Amino acid sequence: MLKIKNLKASINNKEILKGINLEVKPGEVHAIMGPNGSGKSTLAAVLAGNEVFEVTEGEITYLGEDLLNLSVEKRASKGIFLGFQYPIEIPGVSMVNFMKSAVNEQRKTRGEEPLTASAFLKLMREKKEIVELEAKLTNRSVNEGFSGGEKKKNEIFQMAMLEPKLAILDETDSGLDIDALRIVANGINKLKTKDNATIVITHYQRLLDYIVPDFVHILYNGRIVKTAGKELALELEEKGYDWIKSQID
Amino acid sequence: MEWGWGEALKNNQMKDIKDINQKYIDLYTKNKDILHSNSSEFVNQIREKAFGAFQTLGIPTKSNEEYKYTDLSNTFSKDYTNYLNKKCENLNIESIFKCDVINLDADVFYLSKGWYQNTEKIKTYNNGVIIGSLKAVSEKYPDIFNKHYSKYADCTKDGLVALNTSLAQDGLFIYVPKNVKAEKPIQLINLLLDNNDEFSNVRNLFIIEDNAKVDIIFCNDSLTENTFLTNSVTEIFVGENAHLNYHKVQNDHNKSSNISSTFIHQSANSNVESVTISLIGGLIRNNLTVVLDGKGANNNTYGISLADKKQHMDNYSFIHHKEAHCDSAQLFKNILDDSATGAFNGKVLVDRNAQKTNALQSNKNILLANNAKMNTKPQLIIYADDVKCSHGATVGQLDESAMFYMRARGIGKKEAKMLLMYAFAFEIIGKIKVEELRNNIEDLVIRRLNGELGLCKNCSQRVIN
Repeated sequence: MLKIKNLKASINNKEILKGINLEVKPGEVHAIMGPNGSGKSTLAAVLAGNEVFEVTEGEITYLGEDLLNLSVEKRASKGIFLGFQYPIEIPGVSMVNFMKSAVNEQRKTRGEEPLTASAFLKLMREKKEIVELEAKLTNRSVNEGFSGGEKKKNEIFQMAMLEPKLAILDETDSGLDIDALRIVANGINKLKTKDNATIVITHYQRLLDYIVPDFVHILYNGRIVKTAGKELALELEEKGYDWIKSQID
Repeated sequence: MEWGWGEALKNNQMKDIKDINQKYIDLYTKNKDILHSNSSEFVNQIREKAFGAFQTLGIPTKSNEEYKYTDLSNTFSKDYTNYLNKKCENLNIESIFKCDVINLDADVFYLSKGWYQNTEKIKTYNNGVIIGSLKAVSEKYPDIFNKHYSKYADCTKDGLVALNTSLAQDGLFIYVPKNVKAEKPIQLINLLLDNNDEFSNVRNLFIIEDNAKVDIIFCNDSLTENTFLTNSVTEIFVGENAHLNYHKVQNDHNKSSNISSTFIHQSANSNVESVTISLIGGLIRNNLTVVLDGKGANNNTYGISLADKKQHMDNYSFIHHKEAHCDSAQLFKNILDDSATGAFNGKVLVDRNAQKTNALQSNKNILLANNAKMNTKPQLIIYADDVKCSHGATVGQLDESAMFYMRARGIGKKEAKMLLMYAFAFEIIGKIKVEELRNNIEDLVIRRLNGELGLCKNCSQRVIN
């Protein structure tokens, strides 16, 4: 589904990603862990197409296509979803209008008919249940006045609405209390099928108590320095990132 | 009587402000007899006073601090076919034009170049409301008229008010007596539908007595693509505990200049909410003066201007807190594209005895293009010591992080931009109290932001050939 080869990316001429290699197949869950500043969020942003970052080398193939040639919105309509670490507040744009635009713009790009108003509202109702999102939140402006937990639930709600093929969740667990974490993780699990894939970016092992990864990658200083099964997360939790650093540096 | 005055005034490009002023001085002196024969003695006395003031004041130039950002010399130096327009007696606008604000149930009154157009000169209602031609009312109801006319728009301070007071012949008059709640919104539509280039003066007077309540909508529409200059003055008196929701919609075109001065005089515990929507216009200058002249008066003023190409939109406001315990809030916004220019020049003055004043003043602007330009000057002048006042201004681009967030959800650049601009504008549009109008303005703003001409369906049809 996704093949990343020797990916290098920089911002303001500072190289952040220094040669990433990664392959993700349908039905897989990948966890990417690593200390602050290792390039985790940059990798997520580059996959989503954030133009702030410049890709200087390497290639990304997604569903057989050169991903780097596609605009942000094209990638989204082809099934790439980025769950934001810091979801953006958009005062004055209601959640309903935002989601309606997103769903229908994606459908338009794929050559599908827009959803009718009633079909759209029905879909909203169904998907809200997945993350136990309070009904009143969808009447508000996007993320405005949402608590940290509500913002993260809202990301998973949007993911449920858009049914992506590849979800990249950037520190979706950060800032969540234990109940919200369980709800968010359950939401992610409910959305999992044999055809879609998930990349979970996290600092901590605790999210992986709920979401069981097939692979754990450790990103350090712009490179994936270690890949193993889910047991790697536990080992990392126990020994800390210094353990990795001491092996590499 | 001869009305072909425009010809005599034709002149080669007048650039010098002295020449421009002389042109309008000549206009008055040459036509004084006709103007006077058309109005009451009371109005004519004020005309003379205003003309005297205009000779001293002239058309405001950029050296006038309050007109610093708007150059009026170009529009006033143009040659118009008509400067003082005769009323078209057989225009019958009611039958050829209908505003298509969907489901808006309003009492509609038409002006063309300032002349009142409805067949019924003065409409009187069972509850005592009087609406009609300013000219007709000045003759039929001098007691009410003379008490208020020219009392709020000081014709000795601003050259444009002086010019209007010298030359204006008609407009709309509204009187809502004590304790009366007007049943329907009152809609005033000033249409420019000539095939000539026209300079016109519009003069309105609205009197809302104690404890009365009314919604007023003032629409300005240019229907033909001629060059228009409209200089309008609207005086509004709001009695004690009275409520006014006032809406002004400016929907002109690139060759029109719309200068609109509004003077609102508020008594104790009165409430005024005003929303100005400037959709299109080559040059728009809105002057708003609010005097809070009684304890507990409340004024909220909102405005949004959408300008592109070489359009220029300038909002000037002066809020005078004369008494204690009054609140005022202002929020003006601009979205400027291409080489459009915008200006906000707002002043809040709090008198020494106006203690416990709350005054907010805010101006927010989005520039969509490198050549778009915004000048903003929010000012507070405070002589009282126990007040809460704040002011501020922002000028920026569309929020890049919000753009990325929306695009990452599959929303294309164009649509994302629209959503953000619309959200920015909605903070103002949402303040419109008349629901049907609000829905229609929402639609117009979306079409305007999409680059379609913002005209209503009916207004975009040329009704006069």
